[in-house]
Amino acid sequence: MTTLAVTAPAGALPEIALQSVVLLRLGERRFAIAATQISELVAPSRLFKFPHQSPRVEGVILRRGRIVPVCEVAERLLGKKLSARRFYLIAIRNYGTHPEWVAIPVTGECELINSEVTEASPTDAPHIAGWISHDGNVIEVLDVSALTNRPEEVPFNARRLANVTAQPEVTL
Amino acid sequence: MRLAPKAKAPTPKSEQIILFRVGGALFAVSSSSVQEVRSVDSLAGAAAEIKSSTIKKVRHTVQRGDQTLFVVNGTIHFGLPLTPGTLLFILRQTRTALLIDGIERMTSMSQLQALPAAFHGAERQWYRGLTALDQTVIPVVNPEGFLTEHEVVQLQRSISETELADAAREQGGVPL
Repeated sequence: MTTLAVTAPAGALPEIALQSVVLLRLGERRFAIAATQISELVAPSRLFKFPHQSPRVEGVILRRGRIVPVCEVAERLLGKKLSARRFYLIAIRNYGTHPEWVAIPVTGECELINSEVTEASPTDAPHIAGWISHDGNVIEVLDVSALTNRPEEVPFNARRLANVTAQPEVTL
Repeated sequence: MRLAPKAKAPTPKSEQIILFRVGGALFAVSSSSVQEVRSVDSLAGAAAEIKSSTIKKVRHTVQRGDQTLFVVNGTIHFGLPLTPGTLLFILRQTRTALLIDGIERMTSMSQLQALPAAFHGAERQWYRGLTALDQTVIPVVNPEGFLTEHEVVQLQRSISETELADAAREQGGVPL
């Protein structure tokens, strides 16, 4: 019996799907996060700080009785820290199979839109889950887990790259 | 027919805690973890210096019964600005005597939330979790998180070396 493997031809266009995404602003730049990864948008509340050794965590906020870590992402995305913040975007982040809330500071209004999301390629930065085109701009769709990953975690894109390289070569 | 009595809502379990300050920051520790609170002044003369300590946060020991306790400077442990410690917490079932700035108050907590997974550094050993009290978030310290087993072994070795050096010096005698 012969098994035929169906593979995408080389040079095929990446998959395109319509998705709800939240547009957010960090300084002068805009980014997007899949709406399924967002819990809510909240006004900045008191930030509680205590000694720790996790450089990307600024502190915690209290939200609906829960203690939510505030993850600094501007430095990773823009190369500089931003002290100004208008809202906290509360995102759902998976640690293994365990989902937790994380607060991402944003500096401007957020907007929910439906857009075609182009999947990221293996060569994109680890925190990029895809791309959208909006108002004439190409905007990165962020992967919250990769963006807030811990040093021991393998970045999302590295996994994707590993999967790609692990695939058998296409035989014509 | 009598109706069954309404089930009472379970009362949240509460835990007695001591709020204390180190380097200006507020922490909590379970009261049951603190065996004794001593003022630094009361220990003058009772504390011994570890001359060759490789653990920066531990410079002194205190003898308590037949056990040697290591005085951990809380500000160095947490990486906070140095402040003069005034009190020592003798922590139960550990070799730690924690040097702190002072006690804020005693209270109780009804909920201890696990440290969010976003925290991935040494704080995972330092804290049992976080608690919200009067709209403030306070880390609850883990009494066993101040010294690792490896650090205790190293400190024990430093003490032995100091004792040996002292004994050798004594044996050398006073020159005639």
